[in-house]
Amino acid sequence: MNINATLLGQTIMFVMFVWFCMKYIWPPITNAMGERAKRIADGLAAGERGKSELDLATKRSLEILHEAKQKAAEVIAQAEHRAAQIIDEAKSDAKEEGERLLSGAKAEIEQEVFRAREALRDQVAALAVAGAEKILRQEVNAAKHAELLKSIQGEL
Amino acid sequence: MASETLTSSEYIRHHLEHLTWGHLPDGTWGIAQNAEQANAMGFWSLNVDTVSVSFLLGAVFLFIFGRAARKATSGVPTGLVNFAEWVVEFIESSVRGSFSGKNTMVAPLALTIFFWIYLMNWMDLIPVDYVPHLAMALGVPFFKVVPTTDPNATFGMSIGVFLLVLYYSVKIKGLGGFIGELTLQPFGKFGLPANLFLEGVNLISKPISLALRLFGNMYAGEMIFILIAILPFWLQWTLSLPWAIFHILIVTLQAFIFMTLTIVYLDMAHQEHH
Repeated sequence: MNINATLLGQTIMFVMFVWFCMKYIWPPITNAMGERAKRIADGLAAGERGKSELDLATKRSLEILHEAKQKAAEVIAQAEHRAAQIIDEAKSDAKEEGERLLSGAKAEIEQEVFRAREALRDQVAALAVAGAEKILRQEVNAAKHAELLKSIQGEL
Repeated sequence: MASETLTSSEYIRHHLEHLTWGHLPDGTWGIAQNAEQANAMGFWSLNVDTVSVSFLLGAVFLFIFGRAARKATSGVPTGLVNFAEWVVEFIESSVRGSFSGKNTMVAPLALTIFFWIYLMNWMDLIPVDYVPHLAMALGVPFFKVVPTTDPNATFGMSIGVFLLVLYYSVKIKGLGGFIGELTLQPFGKFGLPANLFLEGVNLISKPISLALRLFGNMYAGEMIFILIAILPFWLQWTLSLPWAIFHILIVTLQAFIFMTLTIVYLDMAHQEHH
């Protein structure tokens, strides 16, 4: 076996073959590799992002919970305050009403007393007049002595 | 390339001759200098080219994937790691698609078979004269660089797979179950001889078909490259370039078929009834 042009022919073919591989076989493979790496990188990044988002959401939810608790406490305090206020108002209203009723009753009683006194005074006057009539055994002219009677009535 | 010193048939024969080491006619051990000496060595001889190239390529495979495995991280893979992960993912999806049993050995085996055969098949794309010429320059009479064109290599692998098939058949089904599978179907116990014959052929055909398919394809491919090399040198590329490009497909396909059939045979060995 000796070296001859066959080797040259094969070398031509080999160079062309290597060129073909570089041109048409290698790029799709490197592309696939690149895409795979990118996909993994994206996936990892997405995972990282998801994790940080979860952290953020957890923090946020805690904040919201805290806020809600605070608000609830405020509302309760306000409600308690309002309730005390209402009770106080009701108390003062009731007091006022009671006082009003009491004063009304007092006034009525006074009026009754006054009226009773007047009636009593009238009756006493009539009694006195009747007594005087009897004493004088004569009719006292009511019209004539009205002034006198009135003064007696006023004194009583 | 008809020259005075070498006819076409001699050229072809030279290319198809293995570098064989064995017992020489003069009583010493050594490398056969021609085909007659190689044939006279009988069974107890070694194809040094097949053994060394396949060993070397196996080492390359281990080196590449070992390096990738050591460099692998949970982050974004780059370069070699990315490539290795890509291949492993591809193998794993193949195994998941055709292997239904539970065996952690199958996927690594499939990866090894695929990549090793793939690398060995790629040797077919080295121009047919390069390595023999280099070998001659170094004083080595023959060198056949494609291990998968040597039936010794393909049968070696297929017999390895066959032993695994036997081992798992017995392990999963028990010796009785395996013998039962060979003798009691498809005709029931009264058709025992026929069953044994059919199932026996079925069993034996697995390693033979595995080995011969790979060997046949690669040998034929190599043969055509050698035939093309006989053409005038300025004409060769018109045929050898399309054939080489076509061979990119062939080498991948043959490695893939060998791997897939290995998975399928092991899957059958793992199934109680098939």
